[in-house]
Amino acid sequence: MSLTFDDGTFIRSELVTPLPPPIRNVGIIGWMRENLFSSVLNTLLTLFGLALLILIVPPMVRFALIDAVWTGENREACLDPGVGACWPFIRAKFAQLIYGFYPIEERWRPNIVFAAGAILLVPLLVPSWPMKRLNALLFFVVYPIIAFILLTGGNIDASSFLFQRFGLIQPITGDASIAGVNIAFWADFVLTALVAAALVGGIIGLIGGNALSAGRAVLLAFAAFGVLVLAWDIDFGLRPVETRQWGGLLVTLVIAVTGIVASLPLGILLALGRRSQMPIVRLLSIVFIEFWRGVPLITVLFFATYMLPLFLPQGANPDGLLRALVGVALFSAAYMAEVVRGGLQAIPKGQYEGAMAVGLTWSQMMRLIILPQALTLVIPGIVNSFISLFKDTTLVLIVSIFDFLGQLRASFTDPNWATPVTLYTGFAFAGIVYFLFCFGMSRYSLFVERRLNTSHRH
Amino acid sequence: MSDLVEPAIGRSKTSFINDPKVRSIGLQLIALVLVVFLGWMFVDNARQNLAAQKIATGFGFLDNTAGFGISQTLVPYSETSTYGRAFLVGLLNTLLVAVVGIFFATIIGFFVGIGRLSKNFVVRLLSTIYVEVIRNLPPLFQILFWYLAVLSAMPSPRQSINLLGEVFISNRGIIVPRPVFEAGTGYVLWSFGAALLVVIVLHYWSRERRAETGRGLPMLPIGLGLMIVVPFIAMALTGFPISLERPELKGFNFVGGVRVIPEFVALTVALATYTGAFIAENVRAGIQSVSHGQTEAAHSLGLRNGHTLRLVVIPQAMRVIIPPLTSQYLNLTKNSSLAVGIGYPDLVAVFAGTTLNQTGQAIEIIAITMGVYLVLSIITSVIMNVYNKRVALVER
Repeated sequence: MSLTFDDGTFIRSELVTPLPPPIRNVGIIGWMRENLFSSVLNTLLTLFGLALLILIVPPMVRFALIDAVWTGENREACLDPGVGACWPFIRAKFAQLIYGFYPIEERWRPNIVFAAGAILLVPLLVPSWPMKRLNALLFFVVYPIIAFILLTGGNIDASSFLFQRFGLIQPITGDASIAGVNIAFWADFVLTALVAAALVGGIIGLIGGNALSAGRAVLLAFAAFGVLVLAWDIDFGLRPVETRQWGGLLVTLVIAVTGIVASLPLGILLALGRRSQMPIVRLLSIVFIEFWRGVPLITVLFFATYMLPLFLPQGANPDGLLRALVGVALFSAAYMAEVVRGGLQAIPKGQYEGAMAVGLTWSQMMRLIILPQALTLVIPGIVNSFISLFKDTTLVLIVSIFDFLGQLRASFTDPNWATPVTLYTGFAFAGIVYFLFCFGMSRYSLFVERRLNTSHRH
Repeated sequence: MSDLVEPAIGRSKTSFINDPKVRSIGLQLIALVLVVFLGWMFVDNARQNLAAQKIATGFGFLDNTAGFGISQTLVPYSETSTYGRAFLVGLLNTLLVAVVGIFFATIIGFFVGIGRLSKNFVVRLLSTIYVEVIRNLPPLFQILFWYLAVLSAMPSPRQSINLLGEVFISNRGIIVPRPVFEAGTGYVLWSFGAALLVVIVLHYWSRERRAETGRGLPMLPIGLGLMIVVPFIAMALTGFPISLERPELKGFNFVGGVRVIPEFVALTVALATYTGAFIAENVRAGIQSVSHGQTEAAHSLGLRNGHTLRLVVIPQAMRVIIPPLTSQYLNLTKNSSLAVGIGYPDLVAVFAGTTLNQTGQAIEIIAITMGVYLVLSIITSVIMNVYNKRVALVER
């Protein structure tokens, strides 16, 4: 339909093509006007920021790459005035930074542990990878045992159990042993397991419970414990390496991984205890959690180093690293408990009620319904507490355990490498290593968060 | 429910160990027995071990002469002072680092947090780099870096860096002028107090007036002006009783002024920047939690940008920021124990370090040290709870 007028009025019949926006408002210029120079203050901030960037970035690049020394055998290479980073220093100290004073001919053992850890960890972290349950079992249960045997050399003497105390078995078996495994001890162990199972089963049966299942449960527990002890007991022919010789990144990772492996189950138990209906259990959990969260890790390490030996029976003198590990594990368990509690609180009540309505027992409800949801929900929180645990491992250098940072600090004192740039090179290298680990973990946590979409962004 | 048919009274079909009540009591009894047994075992072992090592228990050692020097003391202390005095010195040093660190961490945190949300790309980039780098490096690493790589690398006192002719930075620390108070200082302090009081009263009056008429007073210039001008007039009237004692280079070292030891500087800078990065993230989250509608509504009511931020956004954001902020303050206080890594004489270094090594009273000393931090954290959480109650949303 077209309009026609006789009086000569003009009506435009189609739209004018719009003019392009003014050049000052689009493209790079427009973006800069909008974002960088929109006001006097903004312009000043931009200039100040650019000045800061120019002050920081080029010197750092020059130090680390352009002016850096890449080859050399000793300090002579890095003595010229105005040189940058002294990378040969890192190369010379690399093994010490990674393994500490772990015997050179035995370094294949930590290497295997590193490699196995990486091989098990990567599929655990990729969400689409199958067999998560088996993978988690391998990483959290089997891997620590293997790592322990490889790193220490295993072959810890298990000599006496319950009946051995009374010298009941020794006379029969003598000191016979197979592959470093003491027969007397194992006869003792099996006997103890049977007696305990019979005892518990008997009591449960007497007061009207299921004697068979109770006895089976006790036997299973003993069997699991027995496998663990057996693994440590067998002599694999590995040379024992004292933890005093461990050091560097190895110790850092040992502490971090032990911390997470021990703190996760302990933290879950504590979180469940804190939300329990039972007043005494709840009180104990709260006191435990708040105590560890209220004190700095350093005091915990001092506690583990100086006070713990006093609390143990005389003669029991646990290894220095083990004591620090206990301290770190208890400390991080308290933090983990709070993370898990957050997840438990986020599960709607309907889930609990639904589980109870279909007749699940408390442990079935937790195991099958609540915890899987709660733990998935708090993966970012768990990763975050792992990051702070990783950063906290540096504190062990204060109780004379030479972790990565401790080895770095020790390497500064080497007169062979005493140059003006040694200190900065070392800090640059360690900074990059720590940053890569922590930044990687925090990116992973963000990735999981986004994938789970638990945060509600507008 | 009760008029439903009750099951036959008498023996129920299930065994009584399946009764939830019995179970819960039984479990708690087991837990309690375990804890008590563990505690008893620890105490018993400790008693035997202490007897074997011939260590006397008790807090009597606190009255013994310490016999070691401390490089920074806020209260009079000498080598003849007692261990109790050393404890006090360490505690005050810890609190000093905590207070100064918290002050700077808050400033850094708020600026960087707002910078992370800035429209200015360069500012945003710098803030992001700062937060990501600082948060992903261990605090002890940063403390060692500041101490070994920055402060120890400063020039010797003779070639010290001179700021404004008053402050000297060298590898022996930072030397600043020392204020000297003479007679008449009291008047200046009183006048300052009076000015502060007037500013507070004015602030409330201005707030009320703004609520009524929409126009308040420009409080920032008025307040700053009053607090500077009034004490200055008082000083002029009393003949400038407060003067500065300037540090002077004599031989190889400085005479006069106050020396801030490098350990303190390194620890404070590292903790302030570290915690500042965390506070920045809290501030960012807090500001982002205020929905954009609030800003738009404030704009449509005619509030200017500054007013919108100060009167609408920040008060609501504070509700989200304060709880994590207090826990960051607490973290900073606890992290100040890393001082022992560079030898700053804080509570842990002086008491759990030197005193423990000298006396061997491990149980008492570690219990006291842990107790101090526990008390600090309990006080903080109590204050936080009170504040939370005050600012919590009152829901219908």
